[in-house]
Amino acid sequence: MRYEAPTTTREAVSLMAKAKGKAFVLAGGTDLLVRMKSGVIEPDLIVDIKRIEATQSIKQTAGGFRIGAAVSGAAMAKSAALCKAWPGVVEAANLIGSDQIQGRCTIAGNLCNASPAADSVPAMVAAGAKAVVVGPKGRRTVAVEKIATAPGKTSLAKGEIVEAITLPKRPAKTGDAYLRFIPRSEMDIAVVSAGVCLTLNAKGEISKARVVLGAVAATVVLVPQAAKAIIGSRLDDDALAELAAACGKACKPINDMRGTIEFRTDVAGVLARRAAKIAYQRAGGK
Amino acid sequence: MASVHVATTVNGDVTEFVCQPGETLLDVLRNRLGLTGAKEGCGTGDCGACSVTVDGQLVCSCLVLGAEAEGRKIGTIEGLADGDTLHPLQTQFINHAALQCGICTPGFLVAAKALLDRNSSPTEEEVRFALAGNLCRCTGYDKIVRAVNAAAKDVRKQQARVKKAAGKRR
Ligand SMILES: Cc1cc2nc3c(=O)[nH]c(=O)nc-3n(C[C@H](O)[C@H](O)[C@H](O)COP(=O)(O)OP(=O)(O)OC[C@H]3O[C@@H](n4cnc5c(N)ncnc54)[C@H](O)[C@@H]3O)c2cc1C
Ligand code: FES
Ligand code: FES
Repeated sequence: MRYEAPTTTREAVSLMAKAKGKAFVLAGGTDLLVRMKSGVIEPDLIVDIKRIEATQSIKQTAGGFRIGAAVSGAAMAKSAALCKAWPGVVEAANLIGSDQIQGRCTIAGNLCNASPAADSVPAMVAAGAKAVVVGPKGRRTVAVEKIATAPGKTSLAKGEIVEAITLPKRPAKTGDAYLRFIPRSEMDIAVVSAGVCLTLNAKGEISKARVVLGAVAATVVLVPQAAKAIIGSRLDDDALAELAAACGKACKPINDMRGTIEFRTDVAGVLARRAAKIAYQRAGGK
Repeated sequence: MASVHVATTVNGDVTEFVCQPGETLLDVLRNRLGLTGAKEGCGTGDCGACSVTVDGQLVCSCLVLGAEAEGRKIGTIEGLADGDTLHPLQTQFINHAALQCGICTPGFLVAAKALLDRNSSPTEEEVRFALAGNLCRCTGYDKIVRAVNAAAKDVRKQQARVKKAAGKRR
């Protein structure tokens, strides 16, 4: 195995594109090293992206935020502007692991690891986040929900790496929130999760919404029917009931030791309702 | 396998080592540098026994490659005491009998130090959350939490003394 730590994205892409055998990007390593040590993967090349300047910082741009692919969860929590604009995304990122894991884990790594239970992903999708993908053929910007295609599988082509995640400027009267269910209070994988982002009009009614569920299907799922259920409402009980029903219908979960199909389907609705209420309050709704 | 040559700083000392590209920082510290304070409890990021700091940031050294240490500042449990003078955390762990077998102790101390560096008056709940990444099979945690809160008090007193002394000098 070879270890490389290039200082430019271009070099990293070239290393990944030219690699013979199995090549992996290393961000925080909190998924990659676990898989390496358990023998699930045997890399021939590891490309550490943490020395690349473009991956290292959180930048506020005219369009919103650009979060470098090597920025840790702990670093996101330290950005006051980001926490203020997208509290749901930051809270979701900060749910990943312990303080030790937070010192290393990245949201780009959480995305590229392609687990349906990845905590930051539903929150990113709800907020309309995009991945800045750089590859041998150049650069493209893709909606975050287009990256994971199945558990552990992504749409990234050989040589492509995510350089940064972008978040739009938060529109006026907009709020986001993310909640997960785990049997403990910390350090566990989501059994079900929900991210909601919504915008209010001048009358205080919901004019736009994105509702996203995690751990209930092979990938994170955006549920347009659930958004439709609350658009035009002030999040009254009827709208919330419809939201929960739509979420239940969108679930295609599995039975496993952490939750049954029935449990996950039911809790998806409960979490979506609670997350919607928090997002509504954050948007300034009463 | 091409070995990697790494120049780094460990507990303030400039250090060089050669390691395999897939070798973890934990293995480098223990097997190549003789710093056996950090322990391998799980090797998968779950137990915190291998806690160290990299550029001041708390991490699990079992999930860091040795090669990543190039140019960084590594802090381990061996750097916590000041010569023969124990850190208040170490003293209070002894006073509160916050350890039994001791395997988890270096990790708890390094993690607790990282907490006190950013918050010298944590609540009990804050201590419990900050140490959620450290597992202990012996103590039941209560003694550890009490020791950290007692040490926090000592650290605050120390800070106040330093401030007062600085004021007098002026
Ligand atoms: C103890 C522990 C607790 C955890 N708890 C949680 C939790 O609560 N919630 C949760 O969602 N996850 C959890 N995880 C999983 C993991 O921490 C997260 O998925 C984390 O966000 C991964 O980020 P990373 O930077 O460490 O990724 P890495 O391990 O560096 O990479 C993950 C994968 O993505 C690829 N990759 C990384 N960055 C890029 C990039 N920029 N471009 C292309 N490919 C890339 C890598 O090649 C690898 O395949 C936990 C892990 C541990 C060890
Ligand atoms: S040995 Fe590193 S977390 Fe357990
Ligand atoms: S004292 Fe034995 S594991 Fe903590």
